[in-house]
Amino acid sequence: MAEIKTKGEMLFNRGAILAVVVALIIMLTPIYWIAATSFKARNLATTIPPTVVFEPTLAPFAKLFTKRSQLREPVAPEVYEAAPWWEKLIYDGGEQVVRNKKTNEPTSSGFGNRYMNSLIVSIISTFLAVSMGTLTAYGFSRFRVPGEQDWLFFILSTRMLPPVVVAIPMFLMYRAVGLHDTHIGLIILYTAFNLSFAVWIMKGFIDEIPREYEEAALVDGYTRMEAFFKIVLPEALTGIAATAVFCFITAWNEYAFALMMTSKNAQTAPPYIPSQVGSGLSDWTVIASGAFLFLVPVAIFTFLLRNHLLRGMSFGAIRK
Amino acid sequence: MARIELNGITKSFGAQRALKGLDLVVEDGEFFVLLGRTGAGKTTTLRVIAGLEKPDTGSVSIGNRDVGGWTAAERDVALVLQQYSLYPRLTVRGNLEFPLRSKVRRQSEEEIARRVDRAAKTLQITHLLDRKVERLSGGEMQRVSIGRAIVRQPSVFLMDEPLSALDAKLRESLRVELKKLHAELGATFLFVTHDQVEAMSMGDKIGVLQSGRLVQVGTPSEIYERPLNTFVARSVGSPPMNLIEGRLGAGGAEIGGYSLPVSAAALGARAVTFGVRPENVVLAGGAPAEARVFDIEDQGVIKILAMDMGDTRLHVTVPAGTRVARDEVVRFGWKPERVLTFDPASGVNLALG
Repeated sequence: MAEIKTKGEMLFNRGAILAVVVALIIMLTPIYWIAATSFKARNLATTIPPTVVFEPTLAPFAKLFTKRSQLREPVAPEVYEAAPWWEKLIYDGGEQVVRNKKTNEPTSSGFGNRYMNSLIVSIISTFLAVSMGTLTAYGFSRFRVPGEQDWLFFILSTRMLPPVVVAIPMFLMYRAVGLHDTHIGLIILYTAFNLSFAVWIMKGFIDEIPREYEEAALVDGYTRMEAFFKIVLPEALTGIAATAVFCFITAWNEYAFALMMTSKNAQTAPPYIPSQVGSGLSDWTVIASGAFLFLVPVAIFTFLLRNHLLRGMSFGAIRK
Repeated sequence: MARIELNGITKSFGAQRALKGLDLVVEDGEFFVLLGRTGAGKTTTLRVIAGLEKPDTGSVSIGNRDVGGWTAAERDVALVLQQYSLYPRLTVRGNLEFPLRSKVRRQSEEEIARRVDRAAKTLQITHLLDRKVERLSGGEMQRVSIGRAIVRQPSVFLMDEPLSALDAKLRESLRVELKKLHAELGATFLFVTHDQVEAMSMGDKIGVLQSGRLVQVGTPSEIYERPLNTFVARSVGSPPMNLIEGRLGAGGAEIGGYSLPVSAAALGARAVTFGVRPENVVLAGGAPAEARVFDIEDQGVIKILAMDMGDTRLHVTVPAGTRVARDEVVRFGWKPERVLTFDPASGVNLALG
């Protein structure tokens, strides 16, 4: 930490702190808003001025995961008493859970499945993109590849087209080969989309690792593969973490292809959440709770990798 | 037995030809120093022997067996590099153990501990064993690096300028230690350097490398006293050998209007480049030639004079007690039997042909 010496520096420092605070407020307000709304009772969600102090409820989450209909008449007290806590919350809101006529099982809204789909597709495609990207980057970094620059440019060029341009041909192809509305279809799509990014980022990181390390290992009796796993991979961990976060966020947030390429089985959460807006009178608390849950994995993932990320961002700057 | 033999090695990197038909023999147990400037192909030679680089043509044999198809792991050579040689994230002990845990060279745990301890003792790094390598000084790092080479007990040590990143004092002490180590281990050492002092003081033999070719191989004194050409002559010795354009005539050497005696008079009258080392130039009152002192560098034991004879700058070493002042005009001669003659066009030593 540099010591603050002059009055000017102190003023500058205060200004900087103020700027950071303002920026934080601007950036965190929407997140606060989503989080707060997802714990509000429905009648508090749209009040003007906004309700800041309220009693939090899990009702939005109960509603998010179930299919509901309006109560025509008040529910009988004995039925209410017998209901589980989450169903009571729904009764309280003047709604009832739609149950299967034969089995009496509550009907799911489908959000849980969508959410699982999002997790499956994002995690697998991130893993594939990062691992293939790392190996490819290692190859480009360490071996003399004929036409190396052209290949790298070709890989990057897949990102030069807005994805929407290829959406319709992709849709037709996917339908023809039976990949439409499958997990594998989305995984392939997201992996391909993230791969070019992963190769480029990882090449930068691997280029920074002196090849002398591996060569020493080769001479010391290790194979190229062992040297890669024992020496290069631990050194590249920071880069891998940074790349994984970027790939995960891209796959997790992807909307257009998810909307087009999936309908029932493999649909992810992003197309589902807005689909709830238009159906009748919007219940904003339910939408907010869906969005809030949607934020959680990215927040956790980024938080776990935060140390690597910080180092990853400043990696090139410090070394050079 | 680990005799190293390279035959007709060529190696190009794109348009740049690093090695142009290199032949090299290092006898078993020899301390061989490869001396050359940056870009002469020293490191490439080492990498070819280590198996890190595949030569375009030519053969490599270690211990009289062709190792062309062998990987680096199979060749049983140890490599010590100038820097970046230690595995990061590991402790010193981890680094020393690393080669002993590879599949090819796996050892029992007791054997690993025994060898690591012995290597650490030899190099006086026992107190560093549990330290992370990021926290070592440059000299300590190179010690560990050498230690990692000796735990394997390889038959060949390859060293790529291991001392050049260190400061002068450390360099000197490690130089002595490396010599001692060589004597103890009896292994073949191939040591690459651009530092002629290292080459002269360490090598049993020196090979002088110039743009991808080996120019001359010999003992340090051979290289010093009977260089094959002007390039080799200027590669060793500090200050370097004086090269003076002149003529060989009936009365001896004719340089800058003076006539000096030479013993190599059998060549007949012709233009030659005379080569004379600074210590073989003698200042004396009645000497035949004259020069003006340009600069004096007092090194304690000796003084190094730079003097101008016409347009030719000469370096002379004289005893420190010699009284001489800047801009003084002095008379000098040379030891005739120590004067070398080179062909002015090709630079070849005329006595060695």
